[in-house]
Amino acid sequence: MAADTFVQLSLMNLIGGMVIVLGDDPGANSSQNEQDNRHYAHLAYTPVLEPSDPEEVYAYYKEAARQGRERRMPIILRLTTHVCHAKQKIAFAAWNPIAVDRTPRFDAANGPYIPLSATVAELKERALDRLNDFRAYADACPLNRLTDNGNPARGVITWGLPYLSLMDAISVSTDRPDILKLGIVHPIPQDPITAFLKSHQEVLVLEELDDLVEKEIKSRAYDLGLTARIIGKRDHRDWIGEYTPDKVRGILHRIWPEMVPQPFTPGPVSEAPERPPQMCPGCGHRSAFYAIKQALADTDITVAGIGCHTLGYLPPYEIGRLLMCMGASTGIGSGLGLFNQTRRVVVFMGDSTFQQQRLAEIVKAAMAVTGFSVVIARHPCMLKFNREQRRKPGFEPHQVDIDQTLCEQIHNCVARFGCPSFSRAPDGRIEINTDLCIGDGSCVQTCPTHAIGMPSKK
Amino acid sequence: MSTFNIYMIGVGGQGIGLLSEVLLRAADHAGLTVKSVDTHGLAQRGGVVVSQLRIGADAFSPLIGAHDADLVVALERHEALRAADTALKENGTLIYYDTVWQPLPVRLGEVPEVSGEEVSNRCDRLRARLIRVFRPDLADARMQNIVVLARIQRLGLIQGLSAAHYRQAMQDLMDGTVLKRNMALFDDEGAAAEGISA
Repeated sequence: MAADTFVQLSLMNLIGGMVIVLGDDPGANSSQNEQDNRHYAHLAYTPVLEPSDPEEVYAYYKEAARQGRERRMPIILRLTTHVCHAKQKIAFAAWNPIAVDRTPRFDAANGPYIPLSATVAELKERALDRLNDFRAYADACPLNRLTDNGNPARGVITWGLPYLSLMDAISVSTDRPDILKLGIVHPIPQDPITAFLKSHQEVLVLEELDDLVEKEIKSRAYDLGLTARIIGKRDHRDWIGEYTPDKVRGILHRIWPEMVPQPFTPGPVSEAPERPPQMCPGCGHRSAFYAIKQALADTDITVAGIGCHTLGYLPPYEIGRLLMCMGASTGIGSGLGLFNQTRRVVVFMGDSTFQQQRLAEIVKAAMAVTGFSVVIARHPCMLKFNREQRRKPGFEPHQVDIDQTLCEQIHNCVARFGCPSFSRAPDGRIEINTDLCIGDGSCVQTCPTHAIGMPSKK
Repeated sequence: MSTFNIYMIGVGGQGIGLLSEVLLRAADHAGLTVKSVDTHGLAQRGGVVVSQLRIGADAFSPLIGAHDADLVVALERHEALRAADTALKENGTLIYYDTVWQPLPVRLGEVPEVSGEEVSNRCDRLRARLIRVFRPDLADARMQNIVVLARIQRLGLIQGLSAAHYRQAMQDLMDGTVLKRNMALFDDEGAAAEGISA
């Protein structure tokens, strides 16, 4: 849905300009995939600036805003996770407050602002012209930087976080490549790139995720009849994962073995047990899943939505076996219900999704189908609730405790209810982790021998 | 000047973010060039949180290479082992708060809890210095990070940083009762006597 609007922006006169901050997550540090959203820029003829560190984010942002305003077009500032979350000391320019003119300037004459088939050709022509004009700017832009290490044999073209990785990777090399660091990755600055290709024998395009820039460079080199050997991605490894210093060392070593020593070969994966995320102590979803699981048959199919409740897919609940995106669960559930007379389908969604999108659908479905039920779990977020309670004057923390004389190590608490506040000793003894328990007491009912005591003051 | 790499790890909710920001600002107050990066991941849902700090003018990326951390700071025992396995340099230093927040496989009885011995064996293998920190009388578990901070300062684990720099950093980041309580814990001489120093 967001893409519908986005693809129109470059076709319009944005008289105030616009900077779109795009956050990609190579390596999927906390994402469902590592899609390369530069494809959107190509789709919508929108320039992309890609800074490497917080200092550049500041400088590039200002430049993007300036260019956007002057050219009346949107400009993308593309960040990746470890550029976003990096911290560095920056000297800001002097603050020069200007009087803000609050006169509304919308004028339909700057349009058309209504895309119709009749206007497509004209608007697209203008968007392509603007991109071309931007290319002329990109060619001469000081955000592109050439590092001359006196190496006409080998050069690297790169940008963004991978540039920093490259600099670390070659820091101990005696035979460093020359480096062309691009500040603008769409449209690519043709002139500096062509000059670089003409002055080097081998040029590596060090590009994280997809091969967008590599293909353009090769295409242009072909058109110009250039003879430099252009090295791009070689196998799937070069498409997958974040270009950290270690990964770049590995790439360089494969291509130019003498330039970097054998990179660190990852030894055996850490023997520390995995730590998947989980629902917080006291989370209402846990209580709901604990109950629902007891009502589910093995043949029932459960569909998850996006939200904390997604974590129900993990053991011990294993509820929610399919997940796409926010709002997809009802559609998936409908599909699974088609021609299905035997297996029940249970659909989950978070409250935000429910409020935003799905109420109408649920009403429609309920009107169409008999035996349709809706369970609405009303429970505040315990993380937020607990934080608020702690701030109130007179707050006294409570915790549950276990009467070990009553405990028969049935392990409902730790293994089926699964609150992280329960700790298991090697002999099967269960203790309360006092760092974690918030004393909500939702676990008390889960013990068949009533060994868990009601929450009391710590 | 060669780069000094600090790798911090903990479980979401333990205060790695604050600890990292304190070290970052303390280094800045000491006039050192420093950059850092956080990997929050799914921190708020009890996942692993990592923060990396690089002190020195020659560092480019904020990301530390595998087994290239001079100092590993961990706030939990399983994460201490994880960091020793992936980040700790040979002859480096590992300091960790010895609390246990059992990850899911341990709680389900699938794998045993990591022991203190396993952590120390790993450090022996790397010829690394191991410092175990624990304070049984600590009332608020959320302040375990400050106990570790105090030990880092007392043992001078980060060259060029003095107690004054750490205090200045804490003042930058906290105020009111929160600052007072954390500062008191940081200054508590008794804390120096707790735990085993290796």
